Amino acid sequence: MSKPKVAFYWCASCGGCEETVVDLAEDILGVVEKVDIVLWPVAMDFKYKDIESMPDRSIVATLLNGAIRTSEQEEMAVLLRRKSQYLIAYGACAHLGGIPALANQFSREQILKFNYEDCPGMVNERKTRPQLHFEENGCSPHLPEFRNVVRTLDQVVDVDFYIPGCPPTPNLTKAAFDALLSGKLPPKGSVLAPDSALCDECDRKKTKPSDIAFLEFKRPHQALFDPEKCFLAQGVVCMGPATRSGCGAVCTSGNMPCTGCFGPTSRVRDQGAKILSSLCANIGPRDEEGINKVLEGIPDPVGTFYRYGLAKSLLRRKVNLPTSGNGH
Amino acid sequence: MTDPSKSPNGGWTPRIVAFFCNWCTYTAADLAGVSRLKYSSNIRVIRLMCSGRVDPQFILDAFSRGADGVLIGGCHPNDCHYVEGNYKMLRRFQLLKRMLADLGIEEQRLRLEWISAAEGEKVKRVVNEMTTQIKALGPLGMPEKFRDWDQEVIELAHHVEKSGAAACCCGSAAAPKDSKAEVAHV
Repeated sequence: MSKPKVAFYWCASCGGCEETVVDLAEDILGVVEKVDIVLWPVAMDFKYKDIESMPDRSIVATLLNGAIRTSEQEEMAVLLRRKSQYLIAYGACAHLGGIPALANQFSREQILKFNYEDCPGMVNERKTRPQLHFEENGCSPHLPEFRNVVRTLDQVVDVDFYIPGCPPTPNLTKAAFDALLSGKLPPKGSVLAPDSALCDECDRKKTKPSDIAFLEFKRPHQALFDPEKCFLAQGVVCMGPATRSGCGAVCTSGNMPCTGCFGPTSRVRDQGAKILSSLCANIGPRDEEGINKVLEGIPDPVGTFYRYGLAKSLLRRKVNLPTSGNGH
Repeated sequence: MTDPSKSPNGGWTPRIVAFFCNWCTYTAADLAGVSRLKYSSNIRVIRLMCSGRVDPQFILDAFSRGADGVLIGGCHPNDCHYVEGNYKMLRRFQLLKRMLADLGIEEQRLRLEWISAAEGEKVKRVVNEMTTQIKALGPLGMPEKFRDWDQEVIELAHHVEKSGAAACCCGSAAAPKDSKAEVAHV
Protein backbone atom coordinates (compact mmCIF):
# COMPACT_ATOMS: atom_id res chain seq x y z
CA MET A 1 0.00 0.00 0.00
CA SER A 2 1.29 3.44 -0.81
CA LYS A 3 2.00 5.80 2.03
CA PRO A 4 -0.45 8.60 2.80
CA LYS A 5 0.45 11.85 1.06
CA VAL A 6 1.09 14.99 3.07
CA ALA A 7 1.75 18.54 1.90
CA PHE A 8 3.19 21.59 3.64
CA TYR A 9 2.60 25.03 2.24
CA TRP A 10 3.30 28.58 3.36
CA CYS A 11 1.53 31.83 2.63
CA ALA A 12 1.97 35.15 4.49
CA SER A 13 4.28 33.86 7.19
CA CYS A 14 7.79 34.24 8.56
CA GLY A 15 9.02 30.65 8.22
CA GLY A 16 8.80 29.94 11.93
CA CYS A 17 6.10 27.33 11.37
CA GLU A 18 8.35 25.49 8.92
CA GLU A 19 10.99 25.57 11.61
CA THR A 20 8.65 23.73 13.97
CA VAL A 21 8.31 20.86 11.53
CA VAL A 22 12.10 20.60 11.53
CA ASP A 23 12.04 20.94 15.34
CA LEU A 24 10.29 17.61 15.51
CA ALA A 25 13.96 16.51 15.45
CA GLU A 26 14.27 12.72 15.41
CA ASP A 27 10.49 12.39 15.57
CA ILE A 28 10.39 13.72 12.03
CA LEU A 29 11.98 10.46 10.90
CA GLY A 30 9.00 8.58 12.23
CA VAL A 31 6.71 10.92 10.31
CA VAL A 32 8.70 10.72 7.09
CA GLU A 33 8.69 6.95 7.36
CA LYS A 34 4.91 6.85 7.39
CA VAL A 35 4.04 9.53 4.87
CA ASP A 36 5.00 10.78 1.44
CA ILE A 37 5.70 14.49 1.40
CA VAL A 38 4.34 15.66 -1.94
CA LEU A 39 4.83 19.40 -1.46
CA TRP A 40 7.12 21.38 0.80
CA PRO A 41 8.42 24.50 -0.97
CA VAL A 42 10.69 25.54 1.89
CA ALA A 43 12.66 22.31 1.75
CA MET A 44 12.02 20.54 -1.55
CA ASP A 45 11.44 21.46 -5.18
CA PHE A 46 7.95 21.21 -6.59
CA LYS A 47 6.08 23.09 -9.27
CA TYR A 48 2.55 24.40 -9.26
CA LYS A 49 1.63 22.09 -12.13
CA ASP A 50 2.72 19.04 -10.11
CA ILE A 51 0.00 19.82 -7.60
CA GLU A 52 -2.48 20.73 -10.29
CA SER A 53 -2.04 17.38 -11.98
CA MET A 54 -2.74 15.37 -8.83
CA PRO A 55 -6.17 13.79 -8.52
CA ASP A 56 -8.56 15.66 -6.25
CA ARG A 57 -8.48 14.60 -2.59
CA SER A 58 -5.36 12.55 -3.20
CA ILE A 59 -3.40 14.35 -0.47
CA VAL A 60 -4.48 13.10 2.94
CA ALA A 61 -3.56 16.27 4.77
CA THR A 62 -2.19 19.67 3.89
CA LEU A 63 -0.68 21.74 6.67
CA LEU A 64 -0.89 25.30 5.50
CA ASN A 65 0.75 28.09 7.48
CA GLY A 66 0.55 31.83 6.99
CA ALA A 67 -2.22 34.33 6.52
CA ILE A 68 -3.76 34.97 3.10
CA ARG A 69 -2.85 38.32 1.58
CA THR A 70 -2.20 37.86 -2.13
CA SER A 71 -4.16 36.36 -5.01
CA GLU A 72 -1.46 33.71 -5.42
CA GLN A 73 -1.90 32.58 -1.80
CA GLU A 74 -5.65 32.44 -2.33
CA GLU A 75 -5.23 30.41 -5.44
CA MET A 76 -2.95 27.91 -3.70
CA ALA A 77 -5.36 27.68 -0.77
CA VAL A 78 -8.25 26.90 -3.12
CA LEU A 79 -6.17 24.40 -5.08
CA LEU A 80 -4.82 22.62 -2.00
CA ARG A 81 -8.30 22.51 -0.51
CA ARG A 82 -9.44 20.63 -3.58
CA LYS A 83 -6.52 18.23 -3.58
CA SER A 84 -6.67 17.41 0.14
CA GLN A 85 -8.94 15.35 2.33
CA TYR A 86 -7.98 17.41 5.37
CA LEU A 87 -6.88 21.01 5.20
CA ILE A 88 -5.21 22.08 8.42
CA ALA A 89 -4.59 25.71 9.33
CA TYR A 90 -1.13 25.44 10.85
CA GLY A 91 0.03 28.19 13.18
CA ALA A 92 -1.39 31.51 14.37
CA CYS A 93 -1.36 33.22 10.96
CA ALA A 94 -3.47 30.63 9.16
CA HIS A 95 -5.61 30.17 12.27
CA LEU A 96 -6.20 33.79 13.37
CA GLY A 97 -4.36 36.09 10.97
CA GLY A 98 -1.26 36.32 13.12
CA ILE A 99 1.23 39.19 13.04
CA PRO A 100 0.57 39.86 9.32
CA ALA A 101 -3.05 40.63 10.17
CA LEU A 102 -1.96 43.69 12.15
CA ALA A 103 -1.75 45.21 8.66
CA ASN A 104 -5.55 45.22 8.75
CA GLN A 105 -5.15 48.55 10.57
CA PHE A 106 -3.84 50.16 7.38
CA SER A 107 -5.02 50.54 3.83
CA ARG A 108 -3.34 48.88 0.89
CA GLU A 109 -2.22 52.31 -0.32
CA GLN A 110 -0.66 53.21 3.06
CA ILE A 111 1.29 49.96 3.08
CA LEU A 112 2.53 50.23 -0.51
CA LYS A 113 3.42 53.89 -0.09
CA PHE A 114 5.42 53.23 3.05
CA ASN A 115 7.25 50.23 1.69
CA TYR A 116 8.09 51.61 -1.74
CA GLU A 117 8.48 55.33 -0.97
CA ASP A 118 8.61 56.44 2.64
CA CYS A 119 10.39 53.76 4.64
CA PRO A 120 13.87 54.67 5.90
CA GLY A 121 16.61 53.70 3.49
CA MET A 122 14.32 53.52 0.47
CA VAL A 123 15.73 55.00 -2.73
CA ASN A 124 13.01 54.93 -5.36
CA GLU A 125 12.99 58.25 -7.15
CA ARG A 126 10.63 57.11 -9.86
CA LYS A 127 8.28 55.73 -7.21
CA THR A 128 8.18 52.38 -8.96
CA ARG A 129 5.75 49.89 -7.55
CA PRO A 130 5.14 46.25 -8.43
CA GLN A 131 2.73 45.90 -11.33
CA LEU A 132 0.45 42.99 -12.06
CA HIS A 133 1.65 42.88 -15.67
CA PHE A 134 4.74 44.34 -17.28
CA GLU A 135 6.98 43.83 -20.29
CA GLU A 136 10.61 42.86 -19.85
CA ASN A 137 12.88 41.56 -22.64
CA GLY A 138 9.96 40.45 -24.68
CA CYS A 139 8.39 38.56 -21.79
CA SER A 140 5.26 39.68 -20.00
CA PRO A 141 5.41 38.37 -16.44
CA HIS A 142 2.36 38.31 -14.24
CA LEU A 143 2.66 39.08 -10.51
CA PRO A 144 0.18 38.19 -7.78
CA GLU A 145 -2.15 40.88 -6.61
CA PHE A 146 -1.81 42.41 -3.15
CA ARG A 147 -5.27 42.30 -1.58
CA ASN A 148 -6.95 44.97 0.52
CA VAL A 149 -7.53 42.65 3.45
CA VAL A 150 -5.43 40.08 5.34
CA ARG A 151 -7.43 36.92 5.92
CA THR A 152 -7.30 33.76 7.94
CA LEU A 153 -7.29 30.53 5.96
CA ASP A 154 -10.90 29.76 6.92
CA GLN A 155 -12.01 33.13 5.57
CA VAL A 156 -10.92 31.90 2.15
CA VAL A 157 -11.58 28.15 2.10
CA ASP A 158 -13.16 25.51 4.28
CA VAL A 159 -10.76 24.33 7.02
CA ASP A 160 -10.92 20.98 8.84
CA PHE A 161 -8.59 21.53 11.79
CA TYR A 162 -6.48 24.19 13.40
CA ILE A 163 -3.09 23.81 15.03
CA PRO A 164 -2.50 27.00 17.01
CA GLY A 165 0.64 28.85 18.02
CA CYS A 166 3.32 31.21 16.85
CA PRO A 167 4.78 28.80 16.05
CA PRO A 168 2.93 25.62 17.04
CA THR A 169 5.04 23.56 19.41
CA PRO A 170 6.63 20.30 18.20
CA ASN A 171 4.57 18.24 20.66
CA LEU A 172 1.28 19.59 19.25
CA THR A 173 2.53 18.93 15.72
CA LYS A 174 3.49 15.41 16.60
CA ALA A 175 0.17 14.79 18.35
CA ALA A 176 -1.64 16.06 15.25
CA PHE A 177 0.32 13.68 13.01
CA ASP A 178 -0.37 10.79 15.37
CA ALA A 179 -4.10 11.61 15.30
CA LEU A 180 -4.10 11.89 11.52
CA LEU A 181 -2.21 8.66 10.93
CA SER A 182 -4.27 6.69 13.43
CA GLY A 183 -7.52 8.21 12.18
CA LYS A 184 -8.50 9.26 15.70
CA LEU A 185 -9.63 12.74 14.80
CA PRO A 186 -11.83 15.09 16.82
CA PRO A 187 -14.91 16.72 15.23
CA LYS A 188 -14.31 18.90 12.21
CA GLY A 189 -13.42 22.49 13.07
CA SER A 190 -11.56 21.55 16.27
CA VAL A 191 -8.44 23.30 17.40
CA LEU A 192 -5.94 20.54 18.08
CA ALA A 193 -4.92 21.75 21.55
CA PRO A 194 -6.43 21.65 25.04
CA ASP A 195 -9.55 23.76 25.56
CA SER A 196 -8.56 25.51 28.77
CA ALA A 197 -6.83 28.80 29.53
CA LEU A 198 -3.06 29.07 29.59
CA CYS A 199 -3.14 29.78 33.35
CA ASP A 200 -4.05 26.12 33.78
CA GLU A 201 -0.58 25.01 32.81
CA CYS A 202 1.37 28.03 34.02
CA ASP A 203 3.63 27.45 37.03
CA ARG A 204 2.81 30.91 38.31
CA LYS A 205 -0.87 30.04 38.75
CA LYS A 206 -0.45 29.47 42.48
CA THR A 207 0.41 33.16 42.88
CA LYS A 208 -2.48 34.36 40.72
CA PRO A 209 -4.48 36.69 42.94
CA SER A 210 -8.20 36.00 43.31
CA ASP A 211 -8.81 39.67 43.82
CA ILE A 212 -6.71 42.27 42.12
CA ALA A 213 -6.76 46.04 41.73
CA PHE A 214 -4.42 47.32 39.03
CA LEU A 215 -2.88 50.69 39.86
CA GLU A 216 -0.60 50.69 36.81
CA PHE A 217 0.29 48.51 33.84
CA LYS A 218 3.95 47.91 33.15
CA ARG A 219 5.27 46.84 29.77
CA PRO A 220 7.99 44.19 29.46
CA HIS A 221 10.80 46.68 28.83
CA GLN A 222 9.87 48.82 31.80
CA ALA A 223 10.64 46.52 34.71
CA LEU A 224 12.51 43.46 35.88
CA PHE A 225 10.00 40.76 36.61
CA ASP A 226 9.83 38.35 39.48
CA PRO A 227 10.37 34.95 37.83
CA GLU A 228 7.86 33.14 40.05
CA LYS A 229 4.98 35.50 40.64
CA CYS A 230 1.90 35.75 38.39
CA PHE A 231 2.38 38.55 35.86
CA LEU A 232 -1.02 40.01 36.65
CA ALA A 233 0.04 40.35 40.28
CA GLN A 234 3.04 42.31 38.99
CA GLY A 235 0.84 44.68 36.97
CA VAL A 236 1.88 43.26 33.62
CA VAL A 237 -0.56 42.61 30.77
CA CYS A 238 -0.52 38.84 30.38
CA MET A 239 -2.90 37.36 27.81
CA GLY A 240 -2.89 34.02 29.64
CA PRO A 241 -6.44 34.18 31.03
CA ALA A 242 -7.86 34.74 27.52
CA THR A 243 -5.56 32.35 25.69
CA ARG A 244 -5.74 28.64 24.99
CA SER A 245 -3.22 26.37 26.68
CA GLY A 246 -1.11 23.70 25.03
CA CYS A 247 2.21 25.47 24.56
CA GLY A 248 3.51 24.30 27.93
CA ALA A 249 3.61 27.91 29.14
CA VAL A 250 6.94 28.44 27.42
CA CYS A 251 6.82 32.24 27.51
CA THR A 252 5.88 32.58 31.15
CA SER A 253 8.54 29.98 32.05
CA GLY A 254 10.99 32.23 30.20
CA ASN A 255 9.88 35.18 32.34
CA MET A 256 7.87 36.85 29.60
CA PRO A 257 4.10 37.37 29.74
CA CYS A 258 1.81 35.49 27.36
CA THR A 259 1.03 37.47 24.20
CA GLY A 260 -1.89 35.27 23.15
CA CYS A 261 -0.64 33.36 20.09
CA PHE A 262 -2.80 30.27 20.73
CA GLY A 263 -5.97 32.31 20.35
CA PRO A 264 -9.05 32.01 22.54
CA THR A 265 -10.67 28.86 23.89
CA SER A 266 -13.80 27.55 22.18
CA ARG A 267 -16.05 29.48 24.58
CA VAL A 268 -14.73 32.88 23.55
CA ARG A 269 -15.39 34.47 20.19
CA ASP A 270 -13.21 37.56 20.44
CA GLN A 271 -9.98 37.19 22.37
CA GLY A 272 -9.16 40.90 22.50
CA ALA A 273 -12.56 41.92 23.85
CA LYS A 274 -12.34 39.20 26.48
CA ILE A 275 -8.95 40.17 27.88
CA LEU A 276 -9.95 43.83 27.77
CA SER A 277 -13.01 42.93 29.80
CA SER A 278 -11.02 40.98 32.34
CA LEU A 279 -8.16 43.44 32.80
CA CYS A 280 -10.33 46.54 32.92
CA ALA A 281 -12.81 45.12 35.41
CA ASN A 282 -9.93 44.78 37.85
CA ILE A 283 -8.56 48.30 37.65
CA GLY A 284 -8.32 49.93 41.08
CA PRO A 285 -9.65 53.49 40.64
CA ARG A 286 -13.36 54.22 40.18
CA ASP A 287 -13.21 57.69 38.64
CA GLU A 288 -12.58 58.42 34.97
CA GLU A 289 -9.38 60.33 35.56
CA GLY A 290 -7.90 57.65 37.79
CA ILE A 291 -8.97 54.86 35.43
CA ASN A 292 -7.45 56.59 32.40
CA LYS A 293 -4.19 57.13 34.30
CA VAL A 294 -3.93 53.37 34.87
CA LEU A 295 -4.88 52.70 31.24
CA GLU A 296 -2.00 54.84 30.00
CA GLY A 297 0.02 51.68 30.57
CA ILE A 298 -1.78 50.12 27.58
CA PRO A 299 -0.95 52.62 24.80
CA ASP A 300 -1.88 50.30 21.93
CA PRO A 301 -4.87 48.12 22.83
CA VAL A 302 -5.32 46.75 19.30
CA GLY A 303 -1.67 45.71 18.99
CA THR A 304 -1.65 44.28 22.50
CA PHE A 305 -4.96 42.39 22.58
CA TYR A 306 -5.17 41.40 18.91
CA ARG A 307 -1.48 40.78 18.32
CA TYR A 308 -2.28 37.51 16.56
CA GLY A 309 -6.02 37.68 16.13
CA LEU A 310 -7.12 40.84 14.33
CA ALA A 311 -8.26 39.08 11.14
CA LYS A 312 -10.35 36.64 13.17
CA SER A 313 -11.75 39.26 15.56
CA LEU A 314 -15.39 40.36 15.37
CA LEU A 315 -14.53 43.53 13.43
CA ARG A 316 -11.69 41.93 11.41
CA ARG A 317 -10.16 45.19 10.28
CA LYS A 318 -10.11 48.94 10.82
CA VAL A 319 -13.63 49.60 9.66
CA ASN A 320 -13.22 52.87 7.75
CA LEU A 321 -10.47 51.80 5.37
CA PRO A 322 -11.20 52.00 1.68
CA THR A 323 -12.04 48.84 -0.21
CA SER A 324 -12.58 49.48 -3.83
CA GLY A 325 -13.06 45.91 -4.88
CA ASN A 326 -9.70 44.80 -6.20
CA GLY A 327 -8.28 48.25 -5.57
CA HIS A 328 -6.21 48.67 -8.70
CA MET B 1 -41.02 41.34 6.86
CA THR B 2 -39.90 44.91 6.46
CA ASP B 3 -36.29 45.89 6.82
CA PRO B 4 -35.93 47.27 10.36
CA SER B 5 -33.25 49.73 9.27
CA LYS B 6 -35.61 51.45 6.86
CA SER B 7 -37.91 54.23 7.98
CA PRO B 8 -41.51 54.20 6.71
CA ASN B 9 -40.55 56.42 3.80
CA GLY B 10 -37.83 53.97 2.76
CA GLY B 11 -34.76 55.94 3.89
CA TRP B 12 -32.08 54.70 6.25
CA THR B 13 -32.64 55.17 9.96
CA PRO B 14 -30.22 54.18 12.73
CA ARG B 15 -30.41 50.93 14.64
CA ILE B 16 -29.16 51.36 18.18
CA VAL B 17 -28.73 48.40 20.49
CA ALA B 18 -29.25 49.40 24.10
CA PHE B 19 -28.08 47.33 27.06
CA PHE B 20 -30.01 48.50 30.11
CA CYS B 21 -29.51 47.28 33.64
CA ASN B 22 -32.52 45.73 35.32
CA TRP B 23 -32.45 47.88 38.45
CA CYS B 24 -32.05 51.42 37.17
CA THR B 25 -32.07 52.18 33.48
CA TYR B 26 -34.54 49.52 32.36
CA THR B 27 -36.89 50.62 35.12
CA ALA B 28 -36.40 54.21 33.95
CA ALA B 29 -37.34 53.17 30.42
CA ASP B 30 -40.47 51.57 31.91
CA LEU B 31 -41.19 54.80 33.72
CA ALA B 32 -40.78 56.72 30.47
CA GLY B 33 -43.34 54.34 29.00
CA VAL B 34 -45.96 54.66 31.71
CA SER B 35 -45.41 58.42 31.75
CA ARG B 36 -46.26 58.42 28.04
CA LEU B 37 -42.95 60.06 27.15
CA LYS B 38 -42.16 59.67 23.49
CA TYR B 39 -38.66 58.91 22.33
CA SER B 40 -37.36 57.80 18.97
CA SER B 41 -38.02 54.18 18.14
CA ASN B 42 -34.49 53.50 16.92
CA ILE B 43 -33.36 51.63 20.01
CA ARG B 44 -33.67 47.92 20.62
CA VAL B 45 -33.44 47.44 24.37
CA ILE B 46 -31.82 44.35 25.85
CA ARG B 47 -32.32 43.98 29.58
CA LEU B 48 -29.38 42.70 31.59
CA MET B 49 -29.17 42.34 35.34
CA CYS B 50 -26.30 44.81 35.56
CA SER B 51 -24.22 47.05 33.31
CA GLY B 52 -21.29 45.02 34.70
CA ARG B 53 -22.67 42.08 32.71
CA VAL B 54 -22.02 43.85 29.41
CA ASP B 55 -19.20 41.81 27.93
CA PRO B 56 -17.30 43.95 25.38
CA GLN B 57 -17.92 41.03 23.01
CA PHE B 58 -21.64 41.92 23.08
CA ILE B 59 -20.81 45.42 21.88
CA LEU B 60 -18.50 44.31 19.07
CA ASP B 61 -20.99 41.62 18.09
CA ALA B 62 -23.79 44.19 17.89
CA PHE B 63 -21.67 46.40 15.63
CA SER B 64 -20.59 43.48 13.47
CA ARG B 65 -24.21 42.40 12.97
CA GLY B 66 -25.39 45.78 11.82
CA ALA B 67 -25.93 48.06 14.80
CA ASP B 68 -25.12 51.69 14.06
CA GLY B 69 -24.72 52.53 17.72
CA VAL B 70 -24.60 50.87 21.13
CA LEU B 71 -25.98 52.51 24.26
CA ILE B 72 -25.29 51.18 27.73
CA GLY B 73 -27.36 52.31 30.68
CA GLY B 74 -26.47 51.58 34.29
CA CYS B 75 -27.01 52.83 37.81
CA HIS B 76 -25.30 55.99 39.01
CA PRO B 77 -21.95 55.57 40.83
CA ASN B 78 -22.52 54.22 44.35
CA ASP B 79 -26.02 53.00 43.38
CA CYS B 80 -25.16 49.66 41.74
CA HIS B 81 -27.38 46.88 43.03
CA TYR B 82 -24.28 44.67 42.97
CA VAL B 83 -22.05 47.40 44.43
CA GLU B 84 -19.26 47.25 41.81
CA GLY B 85 -20.85 46.39 38.44
CA ASN B 86 -21.19 49.90 37.05
CA TYR B 87 -17.56 50.68 37.90
CA LYS B 88 -16.48 47.60 35.98
CA MET B 89 -18.49 48.83 33.00
CA LEU B 90 -16.99 52.31 33.27
CA ARG B 91 -13.43 50.92 33.25
CA ARG B 92 -14.14 48.68 30.27
CA PHE B 93 -15.82 51.56 28.48
CA GLN B 94 -12.80 53.85 28.92
CA LEU B 95 -10.46 51.46 27.12
CA LEU B 96 -13.01 50.10 24.68
CA LYS B 97 -13.86 53.53 23.30
CA ARG B 98 -10.15 54.20 22.75
CA MET B 99 -9.75 50.83 21.03
CA LEU B 100 -12.82 51.40 18.85
CA ALA B 101 -11.41 54.77 17.80
CA ASP B 102 -8.20 52.97 16.75
CA LEU B 103 -10.38 50.61 14.71
CA GLY B 104 -12.12 53.49 12.99
CA ILE B 105 -15.45 53.54 14.82
CA GLU B 106 -16.61 57.07 15.70
CA GLU B 107 -16.81 57.92 19.37
CA GLN B 108 -20.52 58.81 19.30
CA ARG B 109 -21.46 55.28 18.29
CA LEU B 110 -20.77 53.96 21.78
CA ARG B 111 -22.29 55.71 24.76
CA LEU B 112 -22.47 54.96 28.47
CA GLU B 113 -25.03 56.74 30.63
CA TRP B 114 -25.99 56.50 34.27
CA ILE B 115 -29.80 56.65 34.46
CA SER B 116 -31.60 55.96 37.73
CA ALA B 117 -35.03 54.37 37.99
CA ALA B 118 -36.55 57.83 38.52
CA GLU B 119 -35.05 59.37 35.38
CA GLY B 120 -37.52 58.48 32.64
CA GLU B 121 -36.98 61.92 31.20
CA LYS B 122 -33.24 61.21 30.84
CA VAL B 123 -33.93 58.02 28.87
CA LYS B 124 -35.91 60.12 26.43
CA ARG B 125 -33.23 62.80 26.16
CA VAL B 126 -30.30 60.37 25.75
CA VAL B 127 -32.04 58.19 23.19
CA ASN B 128 -33.17 61.15 21.12
CA GLU B 129 -29.73 62.78 21.29
CA MET B 130 -27.96 59.63 20.28
CA THR B 131 -30.36 58.99 17.41
CA THR B 132 -29.76 62.50 16.08
CA GLN B 133 -25.98 62.12 16.37
CA ILE B 134 -25.93 58.77 14.60
CA LYS B 135 -28.26 60.02 11.89
CA ALA B 136 -25.65 62.71 11.24
CA LEU B 137 -22.85 60.09 11.13
CA GLY B 138 -24.73 57.79 8.78
CA PRO B 139 -24.78 53.99 8.79
CA LEU B 140 -21.88 51.92 10.15
CA GLY B 141 -23.02 49.02 7.98
CA MET B 142 -20.58 46.30 9.07
CA PRO B 143 -22.42 43.41 7.34
CA GLU B 144 -22.28 45.34 4.06
CA LYS B 145 -18.61 46.11 4.71
CA PHE B 146 -17.81 42.44 5.28
CA ARG B 147 -19.49 41.60 1.98
CA ASP B 148 -17.60 44.35 0.21
CA TRP B 149 -14.25 43.26 1.71
CA ASP B 150 -14.78 39.66 0.67
CA GLN B 151 -15.76 40.44 -2.87
CA GLU B 152 -12.12 40.19 -3.98
CA VAL B 153 -11.88 36.63 -2.64
CA ILE B 154 -15.14 35.43 -4.10
CA GLU B 155 -14.12 36.61 -7.56
CA LEU B 156 -10.93 34.56 -7.49
CA ALA B 157 -12.62 31.48 -6.03
CA HIS B 158 -15.06 31.57 -8.95
CA HIS B 159 -12.19 31.96 -11.37
CA VAL B 160 -10.20 29.01 -9.98
CA GLU B 161 -13.37 26.97 -9.80
CA LYS B 162 -14.05 27.62 -13.46
CA SER B 163 -10.52 26.87 -14.61
CA GLY B 164 -10.45 23.68 -12.55
CA ALA B 165 -13.94 22.58 -13.45
CA ALA B 166 -12.73 20.32 -16.22
CA ALA B 167 -10.50 18.40 -13.85
CA CYS B 168 -12.85 18.33 -10.94
CA CYS B 169 -16.43 18.50 -9.94
CA CYS B 170 -16.15 18.35 -6.18
CA GLY B 171 -14.08 21.45 -5.51
CA SER B 172 -15.77 23.33 -2.78
CA ALA B 173 -13.94 26.64 -2.82
CA ALA B 174 -16.41 28.25 -0.58
CA ALA B 175 -17.42 31.78 -0.11
CA PRO B 176 -16.03 32.91 3.23
CA LYS B 177 -17.66 30.98 5.98
CA ASP B 178 -20.03 32.75 8.27
CA SER B 179 -17.95 33.05 11.39
CA LYS B 180 -21.08 33.70 13.43
CA ALA B 181 -21.76 29.99 13.49
CA GLU B 182 -19.35 29.52 16.35
CA VAL B 183 -20.30 32.47 18.46
CA ALA B 184 -20.36 31.70 22.13
CA HIS B 185 -20.05 34.24 24.88
CA VAL B 186 -19.04 32.98 28.25
